[in-house]
Amino acid sequence: MATKAQPAEGPETTDTNGDGVRRRDFLNVAAVSFAGVGAVAAIAPLFVQMAPSADVLAQATTEVDISKVQPGQGIKAQWRKQPVFIRNLTPREISEADAVPLSSLRDPQTLAERTKPGHKNWLITLGVCTHLGCVPLGIGEGENRGKYGGYFCPCHGSQYDTAARIRQGPAPKNLFVPDYKFSSPTTVLIGAKG
Amino acid sequence: MSFSWAKPYEPKHPVMKWLDERLPLPRVVYGAIGGGYPVPRNLNYWWNFGVLAGIFLTIQIITGIVLAMHYTASTDGAFNSVNQLIMRDVNAGWLLRYAHMNGASFFFIVTYIHIFRGLYYGSYKAPRELVWMLGLVIYFLMMATAFMGYVLPWGQMSYWGAQVITGFFSAFPVVGEPIRIWLLGGYAPDQAALTRFFSLHYLLPFVIAGVVILHIWALHIPGSSNPTGVDVKDERDTLPFHPFYTAKDGWFAGAFLLVYCIVTFYAPNYLGHPDNYIPANPLATPAEIVPEWYFWPFYAILRSFTFDFILPAKLWGVLAMFSSILLLFFLPWLDKSPVRSGSYRPVFKRFFWLLVVDVLILGWAGGGAPTPFRNALGQICAAYYFLHFLVILPLVSRFETPLPLPSSISESVLHGEAAEAAPAGANTSGGSIATATAH
Amino acid sequence: MVRVIGFLVGLVFAGVLLISLISGVASNLSSPPAPLASEEFHKSPKPLHLASDGPFGKFDKRQLQRGFQVYSEVCSACHSLKLVSFRDLKGLGYNDAEIKKIASDWKTQVPSINPDTGEPATRKALPSDTFPPPFANETAARAANNNALPPDLSLITKAREGGAPYVYSILTGFQPQPAELLKKFPDAKTPPNLHYNPYFANLNIAMPPPLTTNGQVTYADGTPSTVDQMAKDVAAFLVWTAEPNLENRHAAGLSVVIFLLFGTVLGYLAYQQIWHEAKRAVRVTGVLEPENKAKTRRAKAKQGVAG
Repeated sequence: MATKAQPAEGPETTDTNGDGVRRRDFLNVAAVSFAGVGAVAAIAPLFVQMAPSADVLAQATTEVDISKVQPGQGIKAQWRKQPVFIRNLTPREISEADAVPLSSLRDPQTLAERTKPGHKNWLITLGVCTHLGCVPLGIGEGENRGKYGGYFCPCHGSQYDTAARIRQGPAPKNLFVPDYKFSSPTTVLIGAKG
Repeated sequence: MSFSWAKPYEPKHPVMKWLDERLPLPRVVYGAIGGGYPVPRNLNYWWNFGVLAGIFLTIQIITGIVLAMHYTASTDGAFNSVNQLIMRDVNAGWLLRYAHMNGASFFFIVTYIHIFRGLYYGSYKAPRELVWMLGLVIYFLMMATAFMGYVLPWGQMSYWGAQVITGFFSAFPVVGEPIRIWLLGGYAPDQAALTRFFSLHYLLPFVIAGVVILHIWALHIPGSSNPTGVDVKDERDTLPFHPFYTAKDGWFAGAFLLVYCIVTFYAPNYLGHPDNYIPANPLATPAEIVPEWYFWPFYAILRSFTFDFILPAKLWGVLAMFSSILLLFFLPWLDKSPVRSGSYRPVFKRFFWLLVVDVLILGWAGGGAPTPFRNALGQICAAYYFLHFLVILPLVSRFETPLPLPSSISESVLHGEAAEAAPAGANTSGGSIATATAH
Repeated sequence: MVRVIGFLVGLVFAGVLLISLISGVASNLSSPPAPLASEEFHKSPKPLHLASDGPFGKFDKRQLQRGFQVYSEVCSACHSLKLVSFRDLKGLGYNDAEIKKIASDWKTQVPSINPDTGEPATRKALPSDTFPPPFANETAARAANNNALPPDLSLITKAREGGAPYVYSILTGFQPQPAELLKKFPDAKTPPNLHYNPYFANLNIAMPPPLTTNGQVTYADGTPSTVDQMAKDVAAFLVWTAEPNLENRHAAGLSVVIFLLFGTVLGYLAYQQIWHEAKRAVRVTGVLEPENKAKTRRAKAKQGVAG
């Protein structure tokens, strides 16, 4: 009597069953892993949707007209919903900034590194203190510019110089210079690589 | 667990042992959906729909939470936040919105099949009356959630649907109108209504999840019913939930999700109404105000009452509409037949199918413009609906002669002595189950 | 108790429904509802086949650009496109420079304020702006259009039963009111500020025919611009404005469907495999049980098998 004719009687200890165990497990493992891969793939949109949406990314650049800003004046503009300080430096402010030895700076940068060639008088920085994010004073007429003649942050006393570099106080870095380019002699496009 | 042969949870891994001593959550899961929950071995595919409902609840909660990250609940901004921001600018926003929209429809499809399974197989009978009633509570919460969710995009149907549904309350004399104004926070659906609907729409699914846990807990006391309606007698009647029913539920879920994805990706607006792509206008009513398809039978019942008989027709309609759901709570006491399954109740079975056809026609009647033919058919079918549950079922259950029941589940599975002589591999589990479920 | 009350409630509802039914039927028989011109003369939309139709549909970008040209030159005079941003035109195949030009050249400017005086002013549109509407608000729109409000077209193919074929049919469906309609319904003459169009639900639309002559728009790609062609192209463009992610959706759908098909088959095979075990298991325990051994002996004896 061939083993096949017996209707599944007796314990399953034959060799064919050993393979059967492996085959059975393989199919189950395959099915479950497939479902697992599917679940992970299905989760991807849930994470991706949190990334900035197309309309936010479209706000990536802002064009600002600087024709009315006289030397010694500054304006506050907005880029990516953050304040931007655009200052037209006077020759005295430029020379003051150049005179500072780099070794004395917490975040060493020259004024030339922080401005565009040929436009050394235009200092364009984010108006966000690098300590904890307050908006420093000094851009508007009559505002406190601190003892270095640049910007002063009232929250914890950070003081920036005429090149908006940190000189005193808890802020670790100079005011951030965003990407920008002069789209014309009187307009800057902030956010664009120039 | 009620069955003595249920496998107890015995953690082997030291981490699992440590966890089990402190918080027996894995033990509970094992006993509920793992190897420790014995389930009748003869369940057919109509038993898959409970799990599917749970899957769609999960899909709705996840897609909903994520959509709420972008949605603006203001009358000015809602429509644009959905149709401009989410549908165009948010990464994969279109997918999440369509998935949520169609997920609601599929949640209802699955739930309706699950309910009708309960009606046919007598799942509402003792000792599972509370399972049934908790299920109705879930259904009621689902309807409230879906209604409020549909208002959120603030399209024409959103607005006018809200007007009509909250208008029901004004049908009640004296207290009706004050209640309606209180619900809306105003005299018509406006900013106050929109924000509160958003808040409640976010809340209720979690309440549903809680009631689902109670529903499953109540079920697991007596254990699952089965197509024969005969109680489990011993170990031969059952199989552990895992791996047998996890596998069966798993593959069928894949197939059902396939249908869901085909609709979501290729016909995402088929189940919806074009008018909801028009921003809400309180001054212009759409040509036809219809709710989403899953409310159509109730809408038909509401609209069927056109004659002022003692009470105004509008009030009759509202009372009948609410009664049509409320009467289901009393089903275990309306249908007192000791035989559970419709497979062994030939007279009941015929009326059951009549009910199915009746509800489908009611759905058709509720979904379109009220022409004389539609109205008449709707009225006949609405009358049958009430007569079915309140008059016919009590009478049938009292007077019908049921077919003889199998003595046990395993007897019906093994198809009697003939199975023993059959060659290996014969599909006997289809045997008398086929007769039990064939219709 | 429940059953008695239920019985009565059921009879009451059925009774009231019967009354409603009878009264409804009676009133319909005695004074049948008057036939409406719109029921008889309304036409279903003409068929329109676009490249974006069907599960494998893709946009014909050239057609979309032609349709956009029709929108810009004809429709945008009255119809806004408020949900579409200029930067979205990338989906039509335009590059950044072209988009910047389209935005800044757009005939309507974006409301802003004069930076010096604070007075309301306008500025040229940027790619990040949405299409500025032709009218500042609904009142202005109605004032310019005989109290009719030209609807926003961003979602029009999803917001109308019939979709793109409906839009196409409306645009090409303007015709003189047929004599037989006037004969049957003498009161249904088209009012002076409306225009007869059988594809519109109540037959008379407030919009005057926007596409009147062949060559109304000169297509940049040289396609002959017949009225029919322009209507098709703008309908295709409006499918895009309503569903800019259509191609992504179809592509993602294909991957998901194939994945699920494969996964379901795999799952089904695993299920069969596991349940095959169950059937074996039943027999193993069943056959060794004394009572089932007896059953087996009896069954074998019945079949005459030596045993």
